[in-house]
Amino acid sequence: MFTFCGALGERALPFLAMDEVTQPKVYIWTCVALLALLALTWAIAYVDLGPFNLIVALAVAVAKAIVIALFFMHIKGSSRLLHLAAVAGVIWLLFLISLTLGDYSTRGWVPLNH
Amino acid sequence: MSTLTSPASEGAPFVAQQFDDIEQQREAAKLGMWIFLATEVLFFGGLFLGYTIYRFTYGQIFVETSRKLDVFLGGTNTAVLLISSLLMAFAVRAAKLDQRRVLTWLLIGTALLGCVFMSIKAVEYHKDYVDHLVPGRGFEWHGADSQNAQLFFWIYFAMTGLHAIHVTVGIGIMLVLALLAWLGKFSHGNHNTVEIAGLYWHFVDIVWVFLFPLLYLVGHR
Repeated sequence: MFTFCGALGERALPFLAMDEVTQPKVYIWTCVALLALLALTWAIAYVDLGPFNLIVALAVAVAKAIVIALFFMHIKGSSRLLHLAAVAGVIWLLFLISLTLGDYSTRGWVPLNH
Repeated sequence: MSTLTSPASEGAPFVAQQFDDIEQQREAAKLGMWIFLATEVLFFGGLFLGYTIYRFTYGQIFVETSRKLDVFLGGTNTAVLLISSLLMAFAVRAAKLDQRRVLTWLLIGTALLGCVFMSIKAVEYHKDYVDHLVPGRGFEWHGADSQNAQLFFWIYFAMTGLHAIHVTVGIGIMLVLALLAWLGKFSHGNHNTVEIAGLYWHFVDIVWVFLFPLLYLVGHR
């Protein structure tokens, strides 16, 4: 079925210039890793780790996202500019969540003066 | 099976007037799509923030309500999207290699897996409807804290609903691209459209990769 899995990875084809063609095995192994991480997060959900259930689940999700971005979305091998754009939204989201949680988690620390 | 074109005979990629060369054009398109995806992070981010606050505040009820969701269906959907991303990645590769037929089939395959995802979601939503877990008038919760149980389901339907809309748009895009690919629009170096559509599809996959553990795997089962 995958008859296009040839050794064309590095050959410079006419109009590709800097758009390299990724080898099929990179994609296959990426998918294998993703499915393995899925199995991991699924299995761990049946083990009681207390607060670590959340941490492990998030860590696995972040790992999958990084793998998808690096290999499927071709961040690996792309320019710094694209790296910056890719990371910018995530950094904003981290600000949003950390500052808001900072608010909610510290309510009641300082008594209100009525 | 090689359908590679030789350098001088066929057409060259189309470079719009404002760009110096094809490389700059491709880079600009990718940058534009990544910036759009950053705005999508903002879009979903608001819902993720709401989820975070309410899970932080009502941790226990979230564990109980999460267990009502079907992990098997959710996990299968995750696998379906991961494999669709694999097909999409290969589609981008096929576009770069001028493999018109392979590209078309891979785009159709990606859209098909998207439809499988939507079908499984429909089954889940129907199950929730039958079990009286859809927030609103018919909602029933047999246990303590039914207000916040309903809250979890509001968040569940809002987040997966918004994601489902994105998947639907993605399916539409893939089908349109499949038609254009069949007509040969993405050969001779004009593959960048497929690449940036791929970026959108992978992003939708990444959102689900976070939705699955956060909604289906709260606490342990």
